[in-house]
Amino acid sequence: MADTGLVETLLRRVEKVDGGLDSQDVATSLGVDHQAIVGAVKSLLALGDVISADQRSSKHWELTGEGCEIAEQGSHEARVVSSIPEEGMPQSQLMVEHLEDLVRDKLLLVQKGQASQLEEKEKNELKKRKLLSEVTVKSYWITKGSCFSTTITKQETELTPEMIASGSWKEKKFKPYNFEALGVAPDCGHLHPLMKVRTQFRQIFLEMGFTEMPTNNFIESSFWNFDSLFQPQQHPARDQHDTFFLSDPAQAHEFPQDYLERVRKVHSEGGFGSQGYKYDWKIEEAQKNILRTHTTAVSARMLYKLAQQEKFTPVKYFSIDRVFRNETLDATHLAEFHQIEGVVADYGLTLGDLMGILHQFFNKLGITKLRFKPAYNPYTEPSMEVFSYHEGLKKWVEVGNSGMFRPEMLLPMGLPEGVTVIAWGLSLERPTMIKYGINNIRELVGHKVNLQMVYDSPVCRLDS
Amino acid sequence: MPTVSVKRDLLFHALGRTYTDEEFDELCFEFGLELDEITSEKDIISREQGDTKAEGASDVILYKIDVPANRYDLLCLEGLVRGLQVFKQKMEAPRYRRVSPASSEPQRLVITEETTAVRPHAVAAVLRNITFTQERYDSFIELQEKLHQNVCRKRTLVAIGTHDLDTISGPFTYTAKPPGDIRFKPLNQAKEYTAQELMSLYKTDSHLRHYLHIIEDEAVYPVIYDSNGIVLSMPPIINGDHSKISLNTKNVFIECTATDLTKAKIVLDMMVTMFCEYCEEPFTVEEAEVVYPDGRTCQYPVLYPLTITLHESTEHIAQLLTKMCLRSEVMSDGEQIEVEIPPTRSDVIHACDIMEDAAMAYGFNNIPRTTPRTYTIANQLPLNKLSELLRQDLAAAGFTEALTFALCSQEDIADKLLKNISETRACRISNPKTAEFQVARTTLLSGLLKTVAANRKMPLPLRLFEISDVVLKDESKDVGARNNRRLCAVYYNKSPGFEVIHGLMDRVMQLLEIKPGQGNGYHIQAADDSTFFPGRCAEIFACGKSIGRLGVLHPDVINRFELTMPCSALDIDIEHFL
Repeated sequence: MADTGLVETLLRRVEKVDGGLDSQDVATSLGVDHQAIVGAVKSLLALGDVISADQRSSKHWELTGEGCEIAEQGSHEARVVSSIPEEGMPQSQLMVEHLEDLVRDKLLLVQKGQASQLEEKEKNELKKRKLLSEVTVKSYWITKGSCFSTTITKQETELTPEMIASGSWKEKKFKPYNFEALGVAPDCGHLHPLMKVRTQFRQIFLEMGFTEMPTNNFIESSFWNFDSLFQPQQHPARDQHDTFFLSDPAQAHEFPQDYLERVRKVHSEGGFGSQGYKYDWKIEEAQKNILRTHTTAVSARMLYKLAQQEKFTPVKYFSIDRVFRNETLDATHLAEFHQIEGVVADYGLTLGDLMGILHQFFNKLGITKLRFKPAYNPYTEPSMEVFSYHEGLKKWVEVGNSGMFRPEMLLPMGLPEGVTVIAWGLSLERPTMIKYGINNIRELVGHKVNLQMVYDSPVCRLDS
Repeated sequence: MPTVSVKRDLLFHALGRTYTDEEFDELCFEFGLELDEITSEKDIISREQGDTKAEGASDVILYKIDVPANRYDLLCLEGLVRGLQVFKQKMEAPRYRRVSPASSEPQRLVITEETTAVRPHAVAAVLRNITFTQERYDSFIELQEKLHQNVCRKRTLVAIGTHDLDTISGPFTYTAKPPGDIRFKPLNQAKEYTAQELMSLYKTDSHLRHYLHIIEDEAVYPVIYDSNGIVLSMPPIINGDHSKISLNTKNVFIECTATDLTKAKIVLDMMVTMFCEYCEEPFTVEEAEVVYPDGRTCQYPVLYPLTITLHESTEHIAQLLTKMCLRSEVMSDGEQIEVEIPPTRSDVIHACDIMEDAAMAYGFNNIPRTTPRTYTIANQLPLNKLSELLRQDLAAAGFTEALTFALCSQEDIADKLLKNISETRACRISNPKTAEFQVARTTLLSGLLKTVAANRKMPLPLRLFEISDVVLKDESKDVGARNNRRLCAVYYNKSPGFEVIHGLMDRVMQLLEIKPGQGNGYHIQAADDSTFFPGRCAEIFACGKSIGRLGVLHPDVINRFELTMPCSALDIDIEHFL
């Protein structure tokens, strides 16, 4: 609060005039610093409509330091002249009959506030000599407000328990809040955006009646990751360049023996209506432990387990978990990412069913326009890439992969003939990066995450 | 997915019409291809080596087309055009025929016993009276390279050699000899080298050095001679210069040596079926006879169509299949379709492959969408359900969720935490490209500390948590390892905040309905752990079992993670609470 005395003086001045007055004039006439008057105006404005004040600016001329010196002691020229001793006067002195110090006179005029008496040309000349400067002054034009009064009541900042108890709040005036400012950030924790998206996908699968698979086994044998899926042992995905192999524990040591034999046979000799790949299938390749390259390894285990049931029951499974690829890393690819997978096993499922269920699934993500492209995948036939129309990019973009598991995968497991299994998969990172507008995957996943991004990330509603 | 690059105008000429880029893209989509890029040689060079280098390069428009990995028959212009023309019903699928030479014995390739040790299989065939043009020749060479990279698995499974038959004379011998005993002038070299010299010569060859390892350490190297002792090739490395083909070559002898006979047959079939349309008698291939060490003989190429019977009945399906180069006929019983699989379609090995082609010919997007009636009740995995519930409440308790990598360096889980790697039960990766992927993590703590280090500019305190899996060796599992679900949290501030992390642990126990106390409750007791500051670490017991630790981290741990403030941490195994 500005000095109360000054505030009251100012109010009395405003009361006396009809139109209004300029804060600069008030300062001059009261002989106080203009800033003090500005402070008083601001504190009055904060009280509501006691006064109203419009900011205005005016220009005036002021003497510079050198200008002040000249105004006081005369111009340099005049001072030189006057400092010449009387006795030894050189010739030059004779030329000065009467010394009129025009510069000083002009500066004195300005100092008295009568700059308007000088011509523009004269002022500019003095400005060039750095004796005068033009100053812009901001001031307020003060008029009475709708609640004008010369007495001021102190405003309360906050409601207190005492005011509520005594009822004094009824008489008090409260300082208005600044609604432009931001509030205080709550002191809270935050969930990671990728995990928020995972929760939503999990929710969607649960809404659709899918049961979650146990995917908590990052280390898998090549047998379950590749061989059981009818992926031949020379397949490029099984290269050192694409897959992380383990040196410890290097090998898996336990397989369902009769099933393993059927897998060997379908690869090397064919059977179950298939020609097979006709190569020398080696148990040593199947035993090699790896970091799973897809969660489909778990789907294979689950389908094998299902096939061991006395009577087949239809199932719908899903999982969302980490998979690992020994690939080249870039802004959108890491060595580990999350795979989302859905699997349905039942008698007589068709390609139409797969497309139908994909429509329902993607609808829940807010994606309605889908189309399907034939593709190749060693363990599904037919295989379809799923494309959705991206309204922003105005083109079709790939959003997932799908297919029907090959009979060479299902029949050796012991699933009844006539049971078909449809499946689809997509990555969790890609939709999350699109959803949250993240271009570099390292800002999202891993220790280089930007925590501010985590703090600021909104809730995840995939369908809006 | 292999990419085939074809000249657009050449392609359109062969297809008998032009397409806009959009139209062609659409056709590719239907056929399961992807028009990946529209470019030119000039564009490619200027992008890779700068504009000045591109000066004068061809600006003929190239289509780069992604082809499914199992469709070796679409890896060259000839195959692409044939596939698309049949699909658009502009031509009938050709029938490939193996023929005997008109006036002489077939070419013979004799395999000797010595090859067994290094590369036991070989197949061969002849393209008789072929007419090359520059484009055809380029495509012929390009297809060999594409096959080498794909189905041949970088020449490990199969290597192809093509020769001007008129420069050599059969019978040919496929044998294996010590490298010092092999001496010939290799392709595009001026003088003769021994095999040993060749191996060192090619050590620096940007292309060939990738194949040396296939035979480098063998006692004998494979080699093919003609009847005059001229070297045709030293597979899988290089051909001889003597028999190299040119634009003027009329008769081509093709040999494929292999470690996998099935793949060798497929590769030979691909080479001959793709280019026999340029023979005087199109779509015929002259046979060659392969003589095995035991005296058996075999005629190649195989080229026999495979016949698969579909238990479907409609005439319509048969028509659709014909569109996909699969000649089909409804059988007399009217309930089955007999499908002839041409040698070009080695990808077809089961009736389901044929049904996919039928679906493609019909158009995937024309199939009515249906909803399966499969009725199931959803279940959550109990471990994931618990993790989800705890995550929500940990965030509500003021901690922020981190998401760190499951793979890390050995240093991260051992040295930096002042632990010995042998006590971590860590699983090791044999082929990491960098130190970041040496082991699977055995603790979540290092990931959280690295997250703190990367966010030192953020206002203090930092409170982080993660609920995720670590991996531990476990002999009782089939693969010898298992995941373990952990809850880890850190508090990083100007003071250690043991009470904060302790309070979080109390809160977690409260959420899990475990009361303080011995026996069925939980309690903590002082413990020694090298990761923690001495006297500032406690072991947590719940329901009588040790479930984890909490404490103030050792200053050396703080330093090793490049941190500057005190930090307290909590690490528990939540699988006890299922």
